[in-house]
Amino acid sequence: MAVATVSTQSGAKPKRSRSQFAQAWRRYRRNYLAVGGLIWVIIFLIAGIIGPWIAPYSYSHTDFLNVNSPPTWQHIMGTDNLGHDMYSEILWSIRFALEIAFGATLVSFVIGIVLGLWAGMKGGIVDQIIMRLVDFMGAFPTFFFDLLLVVKFGRGMGPILMAIGITGWAGYARLIRGLVLSMRKGDMVEAATALGASQMHIARRYLLPNVMNQMAVSLAFGIPNDLTVMAGLSIVGMGLRPPMPSFGNLVAQAGSMMLGFPWMMYFPAGIFALTLLSYLFMADGLSEALNPRGGD
Amino acid sequence: MPSEHLLQVENVSKRFRVRGKTLHAVENVSFNLDSGKTLGLVGESGSGKSTLGRVALRLLDADGGRVLFQGHDIGRIPKKQLRELRRDMQVIFQDPQASLNPRMTVGAAIEDAYVIHKIGTKSDRQQRVEDLLQRVGLPPSAANAYPHELSGGQLQRVGIARALTLDPKLIVCDEVISALDVSIQMQVIQLLKELQKERNLGYIFISHNLAVVEYISDEIAVLYLGEVVEHAAAEDLFKKPSHPYTQVLLQSILKVPDPQSETTQALMHIKGEIPSPFSPPPGCTFHPRCPFAQDICRTKKPEPRDIGHGHVVSCHFAE
Repeated sequence: MAVATVSTQSGAKPKRSRSQFAQAWRRYRRNYLAVGGLIWVIIFLIAGIIGPWIAPYSYSHTDFLNVNSPPTWQHIMGTDNLGHDMYSEILWSIRFALEIAFGATLVSFVIGIVLGLWAGMKGGIVDQIIMRLVDFMGAFPTFFFDLLLVVKFGRGMGPILMAIGITGWAGYARLIRGLVLSMRKGDMVEAATALGASQMHIARRYLLPNVMNQMAVSLAFGIPNDLTVMAGLSIVGMGLRPPMPSFGNLVAQAGSMMLGFPWMMYFPAGIFALTLLSYLFMADGLSEALNPRGGD
Repeated sequence: MPSEHLLQVENVSKRFRVRGKTLHAVENVSFNLDSGKTLGLVGESGSGKSTLGRVALRLLDADGGRVLFQGHDIGRIPKKQLRELRRDMQVIFQDPQASLNPRMTVGAAIEDAYVIHKIGTKSDRQQRVEDLLQRVGLPPSAANAYPHELSGGQLQRVGIARALTLDPKLIVCDEVISALDVSIQMQVIQLLKELQKERNLGYIFISHNLAVVEYISDEIAVLYLGEVVEHAAAEDLFKKPSHPYTQVLLQSILKVPDPQSETTQALMHIKGEIPSPFSPPPGCTFHPRCPFAQDICRTKKPEPRDIGHGHVVSCHFAE
């Protein structure tokens, strides 16, 4: 048997690692649609935050001398049939849309992550029960469930937020469970167990960080979905109670005025559509940028 | 039975239920391991080597028999105590890339052992991580690297460093070199040997590379279909392989030919594949492939017999 000598230092020094975030951003930046989407999403966020302060009128203020006005210097996006300033309505809509969509997504996400991790790690009967619940949520028409909840608990911000939130967790739970399941039997978890790590520690330090990428992507897809559901509720008359404006309300109301006063449709529908599209571009870009097999 | 052995494995069995059928992964295996010694486990793929290694650390629960680590029955002690005990028994994996968290730097991965057991302060831990990295032959700056930025050999050194964090007494080396380049293999083996001498470690060395096993092991157990067919001191086993399976296994090693000698090496191979562990053959499990099989082999299972100096063979005809 040959005896080898061991060099004390092995080979090349690894260079100071650039953070994974920086690498992902470099990949993201190359995708123009995604960057455009991100910019619009940021504008949308800023509008949602500062909107109520820069809105020239309150959302309930009616200028009855300028009803159904086309865009003018006084009302840059025109007014509706009650004299609400459309520009202010839209700014307030953005605020409400953001609050509900983000809140609802957060609720779904937290429920989904807890149940998904639990099901994936425990397996057995717990997994069975949770997954049957997921199947039930998937098979049951969610929108109908939302409607029921809103009818039962009212049309305020809180109830709508919760209604959308507690019906949307199934997808997140299924995704996380699948990812956890694929890692649970792997060497990584076994190595951590061999070090004496508790289940909690493994979940927090090993499993969660490895599902975060996919989670970020599914969140980016989830928010526009919740925006759509919220608008859908308004369109069937179960959204935010007027005079609180929302994109659904504005579009539903403009529908009947479309032929005479089309600007009432153009602005809210246009901005809403652009927002949804931007979120989707952003989500697509994210999923490409965060994919570890996406090259350099 | 005095409990001076580091690890005692007594009649351990492990079965898996797979789609209603029972897979016999490990059947009635016993061995002892002392500090500072190495037990080599060899066998084909599917012979239960890795399963046995995991049962020895209770990464898998045994279905029968018991495992005593420093006199503690690790199948019985409560979870919390077991986690404490894990400081003394570690494992190094075949694929270091898969066993490291891709989202943790190498330093964080090694440090995690201290975090789990709440050892030392932040700076104290970092110092220890650097020392360990240096000990296994990596620059301290490697602590900042992510696993995908290191080569296979470097990663395996990280795997070794992580196994050493808690000053273990027993390390299961599960095919630690089979994923490495031949040029790196020897370095890693050498490192493992040095560490063993320094720290008086007990190794269970799982491999299908017989040359390496011969080099590093004090004792060798040959596994076939989850059973130990031959168990002896490394020297004895290579000098006088007594089980037909071991004989064929040894003859399948390619040796550098001696230019002086006229004889050519007779390479033997075993006919057929290892039988399905779902339904092990009756009698001696090796009989369908054994060149010397007789009628008795097909019906009667051979008992392990000591043929001298602790050389134990499970074969009717071994002497």
